[in-house]
Amino acid sequence: MSDLSRAKNKRPWLFRRGPAEGIATMLICVGILMLVQPFLMWLYSYSFITILAGTVSFMIVSHFPE
Amino acid sequence: MSTQTIEHAGKGVTDKAHRSLKSKARGFSDRVIAWWFIAPTILLLLAINIFPLLWTVYLSFTNSRANQPGRAVEWVGLRNYERILGSADIWGYMQTTANFVFWTMLIQTVLGLSLALLINKNFKGNGAWTTVILIPMMLSPAVVGTFWTYIYQPQTGIFSHAINFFVDVGPVDMIGSVHLATWAIVIVDTWMWTPYIMLLCLAGLRSIPGSLYEAAEIDRANAWQKFWYITLPRIMPFLMLAVLFRGIENFKMFDLVVELTSGGPGSITELASINLKREAFEKWKTGYSSAYAVILFVTVFGLGNIYVKALNKVKS
Repeated sequence: MSDLSRAKNKRPWLFRRGPAEGIATMLICVGILMLVQPFLMWLYSYSFITILAGTVSFMIVSHFPE
Repeated sequence: MSTQTIEHAGKGVTDKAHRSLKSKARGFSDRVIAWWFIAPTILLLLAINIFPLLWTVYLSFTNSRANQPGRAVEWVGLRNYERILGSADIWGYMQTTANFVFWTMLIQTVLGLSLALLINKNFKGNGAWTTVILIPMMLSPAVVGTFWTYIYQPQTGIFSHAINFFVDVGPVDMIGSVHLATWAIVIVDTWMWTPYIMLLCLAGLRSIPGSLYEAAEIDRANAWQKFWYITLPRIMPFLMLAVLFRGIENFKMFDLVVELTSGGPGSITELASINLKREAFEKWKTGYSSAYAVILFVTVFGLGNIYVKALNKVKS
């Protein structure tokens, strides 16, 4: 096993760019769905904080190594 | 390496060193000169993009009113955000926007992909048809909005005549009807932006190697199987890109809808961006509308991040 792949394996799954970006993207999508859904007012009320959390985490995790 | 090449390379290095020495002699390093070149752009960007953005974020925490410059501005914390995120009216405008985005995206994707599949076939006049189809997206939204209001005129407009040619229903008031106004703007946006989706799908279709279809022919795959297992997966990143880009654009749609319906009848077609403009420049609630703008900005920025991710996927 090369040094690079060994170093990759040491990094926890959540701190790798691919999965972390996926989670952040999911958070943004859920937030947007909460913003525009016509069913529950409280979902709309918490939509902005969800989108903001998703966007900020996306900006952070996009700097993680692959 | 030949002697001539070595001499040439040596000369290049000497020239570079000479230039560097010359600039150093004037007191500036190469890095400083590079900064001098990009400084005007950075300053312009700070002045017209970054500063207004930060100022809007600041205003969103105040009760500022732009039409009362002498009035003391008070810090209200998160009150503007609480009011917006607890307002049933704004929730309704968000739903109107989502409704508009959903239908335009769905219809444009189906039509754009179908047109791209048709144009991708080799037939006589292929290039001319492509140009004709692309014309609507080259027009200004203000112009498109204005001439579609004439087309939608219930008494004299060609749209009403076309409907009555097939079904005798009398004058059709697309813009004035509560039930039809949303469809009026969906139709115009579809007419204008389907060519864009078609263009991106066409780029995806032209990037598929012919050998894949030849292999599928040998395996006796039918037309549907070739589309489902080769064409669709290959053009999916392009399609995603087009849908995301148009989704972002339509989420902040303003000009076309203002020209067509101005948000009416009542507030049936009042999208979030139109409502924001009313709050900011008709009611002059600057602090409140700044918070509203920040919410819309963060939403579009979040979508933009996903768009960039999709773009990188297409690139790779």
